[in-house]
Amino acid sequence: MKQEILEIRWHGRGGQGAKTAALLFADAALTSGKCVQAFPEYGPERMGAPVAAFNRLSDQPITLHCSITEPKIVIVLDATLMGKVNVIEGLPADGILIVNTTDAPAKVRESLKLKGSRVFTVDASGISKQSIGRDIPNTPMLGALLKASGILDFSATLAETETKLKKKFASKPEVVEGNLQAIRRAHEEVKGE
Amino acid sequence: MVTLAKTGNEVMAEAMRQIDPDVVAAYPITPATEVVMIFAQFVADGLVGTEYIPVESEHSAMSACVGAATTGARVMTGTSSQGLALMYEILPIASALRLPIIMCEVNRALSGPINIHCDHSDTMGCRDFGWLQIFSENAQEAYDNVIQAVRIAEDPRVMLPTMVTTDGFIISHCMEKVEVLEDKVAKDYVGEKKSPYSVLDVDKPVTIGALDLTDYYFEHKMPVIQAMKDARQVILEAGKDFGKRFGRPYGFFEKYKLDDAEFAIVALGSTCGTARVAIDELREKGIKAGMLKLRLFRPFPAEEIAEALSQVPNIAVLDRSDSFNAQGGPVFTEVRSAMYNRNAKIINYVYGLGGRDINVAQIKEVFCQLGRADKMPMVNYLGVRE
Repeated sequence: MKQEILEIRWHGRGGQGAKTAALLFADAALTSGKCVQAFPEYGPERMGAPVAAFNRLSDQPITLHCSITEPKIVIVLDATLMGKVNVIEGLPADGILIVNTTDAPAKVRESLKLKGSRVFTVDASGISKQSIGRDIPNTPMLGALLKASGILDFSATLAETETKLKKKFASKPEVVEGNLQAIRRAHEEVKGE
Repeated sequence: MVTLAKTGNEVMAEAMRQIDPDVVAAYPITPATEVVMIFAQFVADGLVGTEYIPVESEHSAMSACVGAATTGARVMTGTSSQGLALMYEILPIASALRLPIIMCEVNRALSGPINIHCDHSDTMGCRDFGWLQIFSENAQEAYDNVIQAVRIAEDPRVMLPTMVTTDGFIISHCMEKVEVLEDKVAKDYVGEKKSPYSVLDVDKPVTIGALDLTDYYFEHKMPVIQAMKDARQVILEAGKDFGKRFGRPYGFFEKYKLDDAEFAIVALGSTCGTARVAIDELREKGIKAGMLKLRLFRPFPAEEIAEALSQVPNIAVLDRSDSFNAQGGPVFTEVRSAMYNRNAKIINYVYGLGGRDINVAQIKEVFCQLGRADKMPMVNYLGVRE
């Protein structure tokens, strides 16, 4: 039987944390017993330049090491990439697109001329500015991803992310609470069509 | 055993922390930078007792490794591509002096054109320098191989430098599920370094690096030749013991659905993981596909490979580098030589140069073409535009 593998592509700009989000998500998924991969688009990354990162998740060990060309889920951390980068490339008819924008899902669908797939939007930048104090949309998008996909248990993943962030930001505990709040808010506020 | 999500670079650094070498001399280079960067943090945090020498080039890094190793110290380094190429001058000196230096090498294409992505041209360029070369399919194997490499290299029957490689970015930067040993059991497996001499031991003076002309050079090369032969047994013992202790046995290579295969590929590194999926899909359709995943490239286990492939009539050897010899890649020429006088049809595919992706469909196409191997050219180029 063919192995079920969930593939995800993150679009962002260098510095927005697309790679970090993919790593955080993989780490959280591993704790919930999944086999995982997280990897950046292989290349020299520059601040502000379009970048991508990827995840694979499965219940069985993942041996594939080729690139991901048909992701089931695409997450766009920066809406200004749409129209410049083909963010829906390879997205299947039953796929999920999640965009960081104040626009409604229908408007995103129209601007991309997207047929099929489900579209979700959330103002991750706005949430990030209020909760964290800076425009770092990656952690709130993690909350939106959990809601839109339903692949991992939300409260367990949140607890796991808290542990990871506490370790990473041991010297800046205020950052941890802001990030957790941002994830919770995005999880509540993400809108699907 | 602890299950962690780690990249190839992170687990190589983690293995280095557990090995706790006496000296590390390194100069960072993409995509191997993180290996020595993370390790430098371990040094700064006092987690290891290592003397870390931040040198000004890879040539100096390997020179410092050689100097340190002559004192009997356990020495490690990490590098990639042009960095490894800058070490080339010193690499055969390390093997000639029988210094079991361990290198975490991240495979990256040699310039030019300048490129930072994976192919195997960097380590293939020094395949005849007297270093053991062990390839890894994924982060787990990278970790396991680094731990084993120390024991193999320092065995009195070997005493040769050893490089463990991962595929640049594909493994070095891919976070995966990895099982890491407890510090103590890792250290127990590796053991204490025993050195036959130290250049700092004034009571037992030794001469190192002396001029050796037509009189003795040949005689001094013979022990290196013999040690490379003897290394095979040591590698088998180390891999078997690793399996006994930790449940993950290692040999020269892994046979994947090979025993009844009519069509087989031979490959190195991360491509083998993707090939497993291609083989599984072909097997579901009733096609007897299989793989010999090569782990050890130096010494080259020729007899064992010939034996493992003896019942396979059609073989494709996948090379992630070209030898520019107008007769195929380095793995192909070795395998074909090992299979001399056997009846198999063996063809070559050079693929993935400069990080060009290789996917399941392409590997299935290789198997498909093996079905008409008689009509295929000896050397083929996979995934390249005309």
